[in-house]
Amino acid sequence: MSERTSARVVVVTSGKGGVGKTTTTAALGAALAHLGDKVVVVDFDVGLRNLDLVLGAERRVVFDLINVINGVAKLPQALIRDKRLENLYLLPASQTRDKDALTEEGVGKVIGELREKFDWIVCDSPAGIERGATLAMRHADAAIIVTNPEVSSVRDSDRIIGLLDAKTEKAERGECVDKHLLITRYHPWRASRGEMLSIDDVLEILSVPLLGIIPESEEVLRASNLGSPVTINAALSAPARAYFDATRRLKGEQIAMQVPSESRGLFTKLFGRKAA
Amino acid sequence: MSSLIRQRQSLTFRARSYTAFVFTPQPPIEDWLAVLDATLERSKGFFAGHPVALDLSAAQLSADEVAQLVADLQARNVRVLGIEGVELPAGDARLPPLLRGGRIQDVELPDPGAAAEAAPVAPAPPRKQEAASLLIDSPVRSGQSVAFIEGDVTVLGSVASGAEIIAGGSIHIYGTLRGQAMAGAAGSRRARIFCHRFDAELLAIGAYYKTADEIEDSLRRGPIQAWLDGNSLQISAMN
Repeated sequence: MSERTSARVVVVTSGKGGVGKTTTTAALGAALAHLGDKVVVVDFDVGLRNLDLVLGAERRVVFDLINVINGVAKLPQALIRDKRLENLYLLPASQTRDKDALTEEGVGKVIGELREKFDWIVCDSPAGIERGATLAMRHADAAIIVTNPEVSSVRDSDRIIGLLDAKTEKAERGECVDKHLLITRYHPWRASRGEMLSIDDVLEILSVPLLGIIPESEEVLRASNLGSPVTINAALSAPARAYFDATRRLKGEQIAMQVPSESRGLFTKLFGRKAA
Repeated sequence: MSSLIRQRQSLTFRARSYTAFVFTPQPPIEDWLAVLDATLERSKGFFAGHPVALDLSAAQLSADEVAQLVADLQARNVRVLGIEGVELPAGDARLPPLLRGGRIQDVELPDPGAAAEAAPVAPAPPRKQEAASLLIDSPVRSGQSVAFIEGDVTVLGSVASGAEIIAGGSIHIYGTLRGQAMAGAAGSRRARIFCHRFDAELLAIGAYYKTADEIEDSLRRGPIQAWLDGNSLQISAMN
């Protein structure tokens, strides 16, 4: 065992697809690295990898997680260092294999090695509740449950929370994985018209502490398409600030929760235009 | 014959749970069978006539190997009721049905002196009579199923959409019920369902049930109780 006991394994999970797991993994990973910690983001979506694209590292992938598990490559050969943040690394998934290539023993070994090298190991879980998702959460100390404020996403998150309480190593030892809820794609205008579940509804249904609320924003999409996490690409934008606040809360800081509101955004937009 | 069929218009059936011994074979299977033989030598015919389930999560066997193991146990007078902890193609007639949702019950060895030896199975009647109620102090999440045929179930948190509570007796839910609650599963007609905040997908007592569609909207989000009145499931607000 290593002397570094502070390594934290965090799984970013949701059950449902398309809610923002990969975007969140990249944004949080970059924010943690920006704040000075040594971070690796691990793509568990074997066969449908995306994290490399969102981080803009797709042209530098040589070896991947499956190669390391199979012993084809050593861990340092597969780790890709970010060009913008020297503390940020990516362990990509394999695109040519499927989730059956993940073995419990292999994943455990890789996570064990990563724990000795990094402060944070952020695991990007695939959607679903099958092998890929259960192995991504298997060794987690903490979980970030990414939820959109709509019923199907909330119910799937509830299912995932049940699995976190049953199928993780921590749960099997009788301990509890620290669970954090991150509400993404929050649309203040639609929420105010009752077209989305309210934050209170989501919290009441899931009864998990809230880590942050990320507003729906074009900046997030733009950043993904540019291959740069929103916390690097547009660090002053509303979603990036929300991700930074969430990151600080994850590190244990007390930061007041702000529910994004449309009226303020609109006002500053108008004001900004006038000034410009 | 046809008139008989016409009279019996509906088929009623109930879920019922039973206690069975669970074997957990460890690879290599030959060695495990040898240990079983040694156990059987001490208490001959102990398993004869008793239902036995196989937990294969530790063994990783193919369909053929499972069939062989079932046959081997049959030869030792152990009849396998079902298997769990393994993914096998359905419909293989050689294999017993897959079991899910089992709960562990403590049992003692037939011979206390043999307890220290590494017998993989500890068969005997339950150690003591447990209280006929189950208390759950955490939320019941979507996809989870709580079955307690022996008596009442009390949930202090909420029961999520897509979760189910099955109780032989009554069900008490102090949070919001969004999933399914099935009381009186052991046949008790006096079983009731109480919940602090009602938003359920389905309520059932015994063989009688109502889906969300059949329940008045005015009862939603308030406290309710449900009971059986003759052959109909009644639901009323509790104020």
